[in-house]
Amino acid sequence: MRYIKEILLVVGSLLFLSPIYVMFVNSFKSRSELYENVLALPETLTFEYYSAAITKMNFLTAFLNSLVITIISVIFIVILASMTAWMLARTDNVISKIIFMVFISTMLIPFQTIMMPLIQFMDQLMTVTGIPFLNTRGGLIFMHIGFNASLAVFLYHGFVKSIPMSLEEAATIDGCSKFGLFWRIIFPILKPITVTVIILNVIQIWNDYLLPSLVLTDKGLRTIPLATFYFFGEFTIQWNQAMAGLVLTIIPVVIFYAAAQKHIIKGIGEGAVK
Amino acid sequence: MSRLHNRLWYLVFTVPLIMIFTIVVLIPFLIGIFYSFFEWDGIAANPMIYVGFDHYIELLSDGRFLNSAWLTVKFTFFSVILVNILGLGFALLVTTALKSSNFARTMFFMPNLIGGLILGYIWQFIFSDVLKMLGEATGYDQIFFNWLLDKDFAMYALVIVFAWQMAGYMMIIYIAGIQSIPNDVIEAAKIDGASYWQRLKNIMFPLLMPSFTISMFLTLSFGFKIYDTNLSLTNGGPVNQTELFAMHIYNEIFGYGNYGYGQAKAIIFFIVVAAITLTQVYLTKKREVEM
Repeated sequence: MRYIKEILLVVGSLLFLSPIYVMFVNSFKSRSELYENVLALPETLTFEYYSAAITKMNFLTAFLNSLVITIISVIFIVILASMTAWMLARTDNVISKIIFMVFISTMLIPFQTIMMPLIQFMDQLMTVTGIPFLNTRGGLIFMHIGFNASLAVFLYHGFVKSIPMSLEEAATIDGCSKFGLFWRIIFPILKPITVTVIILNVIQIWNDYLLPSLVLTDKGLRTIPLATFYFFGEFTIQWNQAMAGLVLTIIPVVIFYAAAQKHIIKGIGEGAVK
Repeated sequence: MSRLHNRLWYLVFTVPLIMIFTIVVLIPFLIGIFYSFFEWDGIAANPMIYVGFDHYIELLSDGRFLNSAWLTVKFTFFSVILVNILGLGFALLVTTALKSSNFARTMFFMPNLIGGLILGYIWQFIFSDVLKMLGEATGYDQIFFNWLLDKDFAMYALVIVFAWQMAGYMMIIYIAGIQSIPNDVIEAAKIDGASYWQRLKNIMFPLLMPSFTISMFLTLSFGFKIYDTNLSLTNGGPVNQTELFAMHIYNEIFGYGNYGYGQAKAIIFFIVVAAITLTQVYLTKKREVEM
């Protein structure tokens, strides 16, 4: 009985992922083989459709763009949000409270409410200052930082509140500057929540489609979701190539999941409940 | 000296992020409210004409808008039910003492990490080709046909894909809820001879109420805001029967070039999403006090 239950659970959870199986097996099949039976295993392993998808999607460029944009955005979010949240939590005055409240309340704003005025404003800023906010990786990173700041500040703020003050007081007496105090003493203590912030932001920024689609116009700047969108839009769908392309986009996600599975599940839970 | 010193540090620590945040979020939000009172086609050379609250009044009799709003409510309703049934079901399955439960948990959560756009494309193949071929092979072509071309079924296809993505997420929340139930309560009920269903209904469910609230509202607000999967799975079709709120706003602004009118719809969207979220926060807080 026990073994039957074990087997049922394994089979059930694998069945749940059957769309991934379908995607995977059909990425190796020729057109006629695919239409003969979509569920069968491929007769031969050919990487023909993968190489076609890599070329058409410009996959390597898209992958590097996604990687650079995600990593730099997340680094900035972690540094700036932790510093801001610590200051706000440790300075007990009206201004800090107001700033914190503004951060929190903007979490209610859906992206569609801001997208059009954002692009207009960035365009105007570009004309006035000459800084290229639109159609550059830097500009997109800048916007990712802005949009993900609230949640990160919120998570850090809650965590800082749970650290006893005495530690910081002792360090201040020892003559540590605020900057040294934060980086040498506080930041290491924040590690658990930093992991959560990193995971939530990596998932969000890596998968984001709408913001990059509005900001980036050059082909060479496309991230993975953008490249996938244009891949499906520009070519009449050849499903074997399309499936190969989708498998490629999922590989980095699977690697990330395999490497940080425990942290991811924990981080998602914490991000949701708060 | 020391006070000035502290103030300087305060600025150094907070100003960079506040500045970026103001430029990216706050100013565009305020400009957005302003835009909604103007008639404008998005071309800088063309004039912006002040129309006051006209756009907000026009909304009330805009058939496409109201249809989209209704579709969104319908989609969200079915999604909330399906996602939570699956999420709770999975959570109950993987909190049993089985050895394979960790593996199952990992598998159930997996789709949540894949972006909505990519999920939509995977399922586009399932609904358009795999289902059709299953229909041809089995003869059950009343169930197995291309759902995406049917104006009623396309909506349910979207619900299924959304549920596939979100069920694992809600499972995590329910697992946390289940694990916080003290074991001795369950054991006591077992000894008293309560069946599995009785334990579930009379002990587990009432104690899981906080998890219900969180999951319900998370699904509600994610469902309401769905865009990426909507775009890649159906792109609003067939004949606009799956053009949900977020997509409708996008199309009004960037598709039809009604920048002012579309922005008014975007403001209404904000108000609805904010109302849903605030209700959740209120209910969760209230419950915490009662516990």
